[in-house]
Amino acid sequence: MADRLIELREVTKSYGNVFALGGVNLHVDRGEVVGLIGDNGAGKSTLIKILAGVVKPTTGSIFVRGKEVHNWNGARSRDAGIETVFQDRALAVQQTIVRNIFMGREITDRFGFLHVRREHEEAERLMREIGFTSKVFSPDSIVGQLSGGERQGVAIARAIYNKADLIVLDEPTTALSLTETEKVFRFVRAVRASGRSILFIGHNIHHVHDIADRFVVLDRGRVALTTTKAEMDTAEKLIAFMEHVAHPKGVGSFDPNAAVLEVRQ
Amino acid sequence: MTATTEPAATRRHPNSGPFRRFVINNRAALGTLAVFVVMMAIFIVANPRVFLSWPLYNSILVTLPVALFLVVPLVFVVTVGEIDLSFPATMGFAAWVFALLVQAGVNPFLAILGAIGTGVVIGSFVGAIVVYAGLSSLIATLGMNYMLRGLITIITEGKSIALLGLRDTTAYTVFSGSLAGIPVQIFWALAFVVLSAFLYNRHRFGARVHAVGDNPDSAAQMGIDVRRIRIATFMYMGLGAALAGCFSVMINFTWWPTTGDGYLLTALASVFVGGTPAWGGIGTIAGGALGALIISFIQSGIISAGLTGFYVQFFNGLIIVLALLGHRWNQARYR
Repeated sequence: MADRLIELREVTKSYGNVFALGGVNLHVDRGEVVGLIGDNGAGKSTLIKILAGVVKPTTGSIFVRGKEVHNWNGARSRDAGIETVFQDRALAVQQTIVRNIFMGREITDRFGFLHVRREHEEAERLMREIGFTSKVFSPDSIVGQLSGGERQGVAIARAIYNKADLIVLDEPTTALSLTETEKVFRFVRAVRASGRSILFIGHNIHHVHDIADRFVVLDRGRVALTTTKAEMDTAEKLIAFMEHVAHPKGVGSFDPNAAVLEVRQ
Repeated sequence: MTATTEPAATRRHPNSGPFRRFVINNRAALGTLAVFVVMMAIFIVANPRVFLSWPLYNSILVTLPVALFLVVPLVFVVTVGEIDLSFPATMGFAAWVFALLVQAGVNPFLAILGAIGTGVVIGSFVGAIVVYAGLSSLIATLGMNYMLRGLITIITEGKSIALLGLRDTTAYTVFSGSLAGIPVQIFWALAFVVLSAFLYNRHRFGARVHAVGDNPDSAAQMGIDVRRIRIATFMYMGLGAALAGCFSVMINFTWWPTTGDGYLLTALASVFVGGTPAWGGIGTIAGGALGALIISFIQSGIISAGLTGFYVQFFNGLIIVLALLGHRWNQARYR
């Protein structure tokens, strides 16, 4: 259990009578990539927001490195080393890579003036660490000039600078081309090699199967399956399981004679 | 299977060489400088007698500083994604406090501090209303401008304050005298511009102003207090307006209830002519200062060029629109 980074036990979240999450168990160990799969409405975003401390769980407990943390919130999430990269909202696209990496945590002297050279060198070091280098751009390039995969690289470099142990990537490859997706995978592998962990969220099962070591399938607020790459050696097996989850035989069979809507006085 | 991204080799390295980097980083300001140079060349050709002699420049150097104290903080406000139309009244209000204190026999240096305090307090109030109530700063600050100006008029009943005694004070020599024949105000204004440029480009505050104006969600997620940064830009605007007010009173030895009124549109135009776009996230202090220079030369230039005053408005507008088109073409837009 020494390598267990974070663990959610029986976490539920309800909005009034509606359960968004109904008793979810999820853990991430050090140095692994966990793929979280699920359809729209399965509860992925609620789970991410709970991890980030933006949304409070209704019941359940959260353990960081084996110790339970009470009153979970955004600050505790950051202290635990969890950094979430939301797909579209992560970066300031008119600013340079350096400005984005150090956003909110600038390297300054004691009067608040920026150490421009040190920020530049540190940015280069971080970018090298995750294999995010190119002759085409430098730390002074404007993020708006970068491709979608490269932007994920900036966000990941920033997360590492912010001392993240667990980087949560929310749909990082959605709307990316194959080459761009491959770039993101390269960053993810570099992060794993450095001993950090990644929770990779997606609904493209091929992408998630390619990159993750372990899979968690979420369905209607519950964990429908937790499995490893060894058990699901092809994406097709995972897809077959997902189809089984989506259309389970026997459950919810349709009765054409049943009233759908009944109006009584 | 075809790759949809362009091959890396076809894209230029955007930052090769220190000179290229300087040009790219200061592209908007350099564009403004080009507009200024072309405009002055036309004026000099049109009327060399006026434009190659000192008096015109002397008068510009007296009035330009007041504009600079307004334009430079306004660049911060626009970069953070807001607008402030209340600074003319803030300027009038702070200058009023300065005039009242001097009239009451307070040392003018202390009176300036009093005015600055007033400007900052008004700025924080305006900022807090906009930010906490989530109002449109365009409308809310327009309302604040009318309210403050109205308050001044109600209390003073439209009477001005003459301060002829200012001329003999040390403060006047320091802030409004002349050094080697050059009006000393311009040196203070330039110091303010340089300091602000450092704050804008090389300080944590400036970096956060850019971040908030560019993507407030992202800035908030990175732990930046978005509201505090927004309010701080309004406070900085209040500080600049107060300084502008004090310098304006010292130039004229008089405070009028209308002090500051004429600067609303010219200061705004200077910011945008200078190359700061209206959508937030980026901007240029040097460009804004050059924009103020352009705007102050337009009026005297058009008249000295031999056109009647009837043409001033038209050419004012023409230069503003042409400058905006130039900047739009000069800068790629990423949002």
